[in-house]
Formats: sequence, structure tokens, C-alpha cells
Amino acid sequence: MSATPTEMMAVAASRLLANDDVCFVGIGAPSAACNLARLTHAPDITLIYESGTIATRPDVLPLSIGDGELSDTALTTVSVPEMFRYWLQGGRVSIGFLGAAQLDARGNINTTVIGDYHKPKVRLPGGGGAPEIATQAREIFITARQARRAFVEQIDFVTSLGHGAPGETRATYNVDTAGPTRLITDLALWTMLDTEGRAAADAGFDARSAAFTVVSLHPGVTRDALVETVGWPVRFAEEVGRKVEETPEASAEELAVLRDLQARTKAAHLRANRVKDAAE
Amino acid sequence: MAQHLTLEAAIAAHVRDGQTLAIEGFTHLIPFAAGHEIIRQGRRDLTLVRMTPDLLYDQMVGMGLVSKMIFSYVGNPGAGLLRRTRDAIENGWPQPIAYEEHSHAAMANAYEAGAAGLPCAIFRGYRGAELARVNPNIRTITCPFTHEELAAIPSVRPDVTIIHAQKADRQGNVLVEGIIGIQKEAVLAAKTAIVTVEEVVDDLRALGLSPNACVLPHWTIAAIVTVPGGAHPSYTSGYYVRDNAEYIAWDDISADRDRFHEWMEENVLAATADVFADRVSALRSAA
Repeated sequence: MSATPTEMMAVAASRLLANDDVCFVGIGAPSAACNLARLTHAPDITLIYESGTIATRPDVLPLSIGDGELSDTALTTVSVPEMFRYWLQGGRVSIGFLGAAQLDARGNINTTVIGDYHKPKVRLPGGGGAPEIATQAREIFITARQARRAFVEQIDFVTSLGHGAPGETRATYNVDTAGPTRLITDLALWTMLDTEGRAAADAGFDARSAAFTVVSLHPGVTRDALVETVGWPVRFAEEVGRKVEETPEASAEELAVLRDLQARTKAAHLRANRVKDAAE
Repeated sequence: MAQHLTLEAAIAAHVRDGQTLAIEGFTHLIPFAAGHEIIRQGRRDLTLVRMTPDLLYDQMVGMGLVSKMIFSYVGNPGAGLLRRTRDAIENGWPQPIAYEEHSHAAMANAYEAGAAGLPCAIFRGYRGAELARVNPNIRTITCPFTHEELAAIPSVRPDVTIIHAQKADRQGNVLVEGIIGIQKEAVLAAKTAIVTVEEVVDDLRALGLSPNACVLPHWTIAAIVTVPGGAHPSYTSGYYVRDNAEYIAWDDISADRDRFHEWMEENVLAATADVFADRVSALRSAA
């Protein structure tokens, strides 16, 4: 059994999380990856959702950021102001895990608007917690499915800061956290590298020239197919003196746990509907 | 002092055209029944404040009650976009609405500042974020001690805050449990607060609550209304689960103006607060 691209995205992302991470989890793809990590190699990872739940261990994936499952299985649930003030702004979060409607090669994210802000072509939901997660978590992982309308050279609106425009750094905006370091997609693993191949954790990292760089292609993905889905000139690791690897296949355990989690989630949602339909 | 009223009487007594309302709830405990009563009473020209306007504000916007919205996330959580609100913003239907947009951290700080009686909220926020360019209410202030530049926005001081909670007692004290969101701050920031609850017990003191339970004293609340199921299709922890199917269905219902009006006519305008208990009856066993 081999993984679908969406499953591969969750598996590849989950592998980047460690047992001692304190992870601020976005809904959707980030939530699947974080819980997969918790159910495989990182059983003690602390998952935080912006609704206030700390160290939650949901048995099924929540549909929304504030499902009861999250507080029922949390170590503690705090108020929303406390979550943003003490835990996020206070510097307690090691990884912020975000999705993106639109992003650029420097990890700047738009979830606000397509077109002009005051005369929008499409009004998107907006930033929610993301603007401060992006600057206050010590490091940012982004996960999204690749598509030309999403992976663009110039985003329409900077909802959340990555590394700013080329030539800028986060310090330009008085931000001292590492920002986006990893991008995990359905096709590849990308790392934020400068033109010398240095990552944010390396000495001498020069954010002014940094861009998400393909460091690992998922099994069966060709460079041509990947480039087709990206609106900016793609940087492969060789161009900065590193190697492009092949992402190891999803293991039987990873896939079994992920599929089991998805099946439980689907069954729980269906069960709620069936009970309701029977009553009507 | 909290009065126990019917929903119709509580809304009629406290909600007026042109007011600023916060009808709060962070996915959990969203006071749908109270919002529907405001729609039935035909209030107009409202400014609505909420971190996460979801279906309820979408319904109020689509029915033309709203002239301005202040928010930080204008989506249908887990399902997508808010189509009535988009129609108002993108096409001015049924009427144009003004909006002031923030981040969650900003709104949370603004409610807290309102509850604390401060004119503005100060926090480390909006750095590199373009909202600061398009929203003139996002400004900066310099720390007099460290000279760090911090974000400042006006505090939220609603004329009326409405929340839903698990229990009140006869005296009108209110207990909120589970994801407590911004409920306490929203009540304490407001001039007037209305709380709908699942049930009224004799005395909260007799329940053996944790000494740190989130309890709002009766003298912070103007009116208590008992509406079992009043948060549906959102949920009340300990009573019934979230009706996820309803949230997903809203995406279709709200996609079309006529279909939206038919749904509102049948499920809101022609209904009363009493229908909510039935709507959650099948969702109780799972809670």
C-alpha cells in the first residue's frame, strides 16, 4: 500500500516534529500532521490550539479549532486572551504550524484577500491567530498542497510575515524569531536556505537571499511535475550546494495510524449525522 | 442585578437599533437563539463585534441588520468561507457593510482592555503584517521604559454583550465551562450583558465547583434567559455536541440569495426560541 500525495504530506510533516516540541496547531492539514506525530514517534508532544486547549490528545481530528474533543482531552483549557498573551506572546511555543491559501518563496502568507483589500475579488477568512503565531512562535512550519494559484511569486496581501521581500529580513520588522524554516507539501519537502545553502539554524544564515528550496522529492515526483505547480522560479538544493534527496516512503505503521485516525474522524462525523437523521 | 426573562423580553428590553453588539463564542457556546431573536425583532444599523463571526453573523448580515463588523476571522470553521458576508463585502448585497479587521491576538487584547476599563490594548503584534497598513485603528506606542515599539488598538466596549453558558442559578450567577474563549472578558467589557443558559439550578455554590471555575456574578449581568439548545448548531460542553453537518450544509444554503431567504423564513422568522431544544435532542447522547 502506498501513500496518496495528501497522506505523504501529513507523513513527511509529522516526521519533522519532536517529542519535546510545543506546537501551536492550525486546523486542517497541520492538525493531521501533528496528531500523526503524537500517535507515532512523538507521544508526549504538546499540541496547543488557539481556542485555549493545552496538551490536547484528540481521538478524532477536529473539524473546527474549538471542537469539544479538544478540551475534553486537554491537560488544561485556558481563555483565549491567556492563550495569546502568556503562551504565545510569552514565548512558550517552539513551533507554529500554519496552512496557507497563498504563499511566496520566502514564506510570507496570504489568507486575507485575493485582489485589492478594499475592493476584493475574493474575500478570504482572514488571519485569525496567524499574524502573531508567525512572529512569536520560535519557528514556523507551513504545509499546503502545491498549485500555481497558491504558490505565487507575489502574494496579494501579507497576512503573516515570513522573511519579507527579497533583500529584507525579519529584523527589518523588529522580529527576532526564526520564522518559516520548513514547507511540507504533497510533492516535496522544502527548507528555507540562503544562496550558500545555510538554514536558519546555521551560523551566517543570510535571510536576505533566503528562499524555500526543494531538499527532498516525495517518491515518484519528478522535477518537471513539481515546477508545473509553482509560480516562482524553483530553487533546487544543488543550486546552493546541497543535495536533493528522495523522501523515504511512508512506513506501514505511519500509514496505518494515519488512515485509522482519518477513519475514526469520518466515522465520528457520520455517526453524529446518522443520529440526527434518525431523529428527524 | 440579573433578571430572569424570556428571550423575547430580554432582547426587547436591551437591544436597540444602532448599537454595538458582541455576540461571542469561540466555536463553543455561540448564542444562536439570541441572535435569531434579534433578527425576528428586526433591529437595524448594528455594529457587530466578534473574533470569529460564523454562521450567526452571516445570517444577520444577509438579513440586512448590520452596518459594520469588527472581526479577526470571517470564515465558516472547518467548512470554508462565509458567503453572505462575502456578498455584502464584495457586492454590497443586501447592503454594503463597513468592516474593521484585526488578528485574534489583537481582539483578545482589546476585549481584555475593555474589561479592565482601559482605553486601548497594548501588545507585541502586527509586525510585518499588512493589516496595519489598511486598518487605521492599528497604531503603535513606545514603551517608556524599554523604548520597544508595541501595537496599540482601541479597547472593545460593546453596548451589549450576549453569551451562552451552561448554567445559571436563581440569583443569576453564571457558570461557563470548557472552551471559555473570550466570554468573561466580553461580558465585563460591556455596558449591558445578556446570558442565555442551558438550565437554571438552585444555587451554584451547591454544585461542588472548583474554586477556580469561571463564574460571572449576578450583578455583572442584566438578563438571564433559559434556552435549552440555544447554542445550536454550535455546542454546549456537557450538554450536546457540535452539529458539524449543519455547518457544512450552510455552505450550500448560503451560496444562493433566494435559498438563503427561504431557509431564514422557515428556520428563523417563522420559528421561536422553543425549537432549539428539539434541534439538539439527538446530539445530546454523544456529549
